[in-house]
Amino acid sequence: MKATIAETLVKEGKEMRSVYCQSLIDLARVDKRIVVLDADLLSSIGMLPFAKAYPERTFNVGIQEANMIGVAAGLSATGKIPFAHSFAPFATRRCFDQIFLSCGYAKLNVRIVGSDPGVTAAFNGGTHMPFEDIGILRTVPGITILEPTDSVMLRNLVEQVADLYGVFYIRLIRKNATKVYQEGSSFEIGKAVQLREGSDLTIIATGIMVEEALKAADTLVEAGIFARVVNMFSIKPVDEETIIKAARETGAIVSAENHNIINGLGSAIAEVIAENALVPLERVGVQDQFGEVGSVNYLMGRFGLTAGHIVEKARKALGRKAEMQIQYKE
Amino acid sequence: MLRKEKIKELRIFAIKIRMETMKEIGNLGFGHVGGALSIADTLAVLYGEVMKIDPQNSQWEGRDWLICSKGHAGPAIYAALGLRGFFPLEELQTLNKPGTHFPSHCDRNLTTGVDMTTGSLGQGFSLAVGVALGHRMDKRTNYTYLILGDGEIQEGQVWEAASYAAQSELDNLIVFVDCNKKQLDGYTRNINDLRDIAQKFASFGWHTQDIDGSKVAEIHEGIEKAKAAKGKSSVIVLNTIKGKGWSFAEDAISNHHMTINKDQMDEALYELEKELEEVEKE
Ligand SMILES: Cc1ncc(C[n+]2csc(CCOP(=O)(O)OP(=O)(O)O)c2C)c(N)n1
Repeated sequence: MKATIAETLVKEGKEMRSVYCQSLIDLARVDKRIVVLDADLLSSIGMLPFAKAYPERTFNVGIQEANMIGVAAGLSATGKIPFAHSFAPFATRRCFDQIFLSCGYAKLNVRIVGSDPGVTAAFNGGTHMPFEDIGILRTVPGITILEPTDSVMLRNLVEQVADLYGVFYIRLIRKNATKVYQEGSSFEIGKAVQLREGSDLTIIATGIMVEEALKAADTLVEAGIFARVVNMFSIKPVDEETIIKAARETGAIVSAENHNIINGLGSAIAEVIAENALVPLERVGVQDQFGEVGSVNYLMGRFGLTAGHIVEKARKALGRKAEMQIQYKE
Repeated sequence: MLRKEKIKELRIFAIKIRMETMKEIGNLGFGHVGGALSIADTLAVLYGEVMKIDPQNSQWEGRDWLICSKGHAGPAIYAALGLRGFFPLEELQTLNKPGTHFPSHCDRNLTTGVDMTTGSLGQGFSLAVGVALGHRMDKRTNYTYLILGDGEIQEGQVWEAASYAAQSELDNLIVFVDCNKKQLDGYTRNINDLRDIAQKFASFGWHTQDIDGSKVAEIHEGIEKAKAAKGKSSVIVLNTIKGKGWSFAEDAISNHHMTINKDQMDEALYELEKELEEVEKE
């Protein structure tokens, strides 16, 4: 892993989907086994250039996600390397049994790409707004769950995943991400990236919440609070070592995710610290609600997913940390 | 058979549904134009003539139900409901705004008059089967109407519901397939061609019809025939045009979800206004 961090937070010039498409075109050129599946959202995910370059390796099955996953699993049984995409809710909850059994239990080799996670489903509204995809999939034994932060990480992870064997889920925003990493950075699945050093508490974030975490850390610095910021893009396997280290060294953790706080990143962290190093944990994320329609900005406010919410939870975690220290002294 | 005057009235209603739909989507700047416009004629016949409904009491027990399984056509349903007086028409302008009662996909908990929550394609059919079974258990004589997309019927769940409805001899269920020949990525025939839709349903034991879904008189007649088919669930395949009523959308290759500027909305409304004048003159 060699991740260099971008100096300022700006939106990237390229959309995530165009980088996803280009990465697969480049991979497919050297590896004939790579195939792409979609369920009538090939244009939405920007994969028409791939379909044009490799029509015989593109399978747009139509609106039938469960069939798509089964077909992907079948293709993989013959040695193909499938990347199957739909909007995240339809790529996961709509075909969970196929993912669990046809892919996982049968030990086949499938990459599932779910786009428009959480509030980024925006104007498509509640039916299309997955706050549960990570939660559902975390229960598939052996699955790898990745949420690329920006296009640099996306490209690097897609390249890695193409070469590995197993069931993978890539939680992908379609539009422009905020640039967090410099060109040339590389990442290790199962290893989080520390974006900022700090000793008072640790904010562990994934996806669009990484930017909010960095902003929250800036606000906290103004109050003399130094927050460590960690990007946990690998939600399964989660980086236990980094979590335990954060707990021991900073004594309080705030998790931040564009997902239900139940069964997502916050839960994964809770499991690790409960078993290894118990410290106060506050979870920023959707508080067990369904999605609704609106702009991303509106929805981030509506569901408590802003830097301000992280700051609030950070103060709460720090208060609990102080209380615990007093208790220990007594 | 409908009287001439009634046919004219329903044609006018359909154009007005299209106009209100274009205002909703146009003022927002984007939306599912194609599949909303293609079902306007059917909605006009249902809400303008066939369905037993009470705009003052949307939860009336004896009412007919409409489940729009292709939930992204919500804006057209809202237009029809608004024109029938379920709520003030101005409210339609809150489409997709924060806290709105009019989300892009149909939601039974948000919109007065919307009978079912849809948006994940394929699910509305099973819901409709359940609703129709429930009404029959309660010995109600009302009908459950269901609208499916011709892309949507690629979902396996659709055919599970179709076979179970036939098995249950649900003759209080009338299904429309909006056969506008396109789905999101293009023509259904190039993606996953269901071929003869009516024949497929027929092989499950359904009463089937294949009609011009842009002609209100034909749609009305189709519903009458469907009701006459006792002991059988009925499907009406509507041959429609995606984006119908606004020439630009009809011609656009990609007309599923469109971004629309003010000039385009005005152009669409101008075309529909002219069509309205012509029908009114007849
Ligand atoms: C289960 C599911 N998969 C995918 C989508 C995304 N989607 C919304 S509309 C659409 C195309 C629908 O085509 P069709 O049923 O023909 O509707 P129409 O052309 O009448 O708009 C797709 C793929 C969805 N809403 N639900």
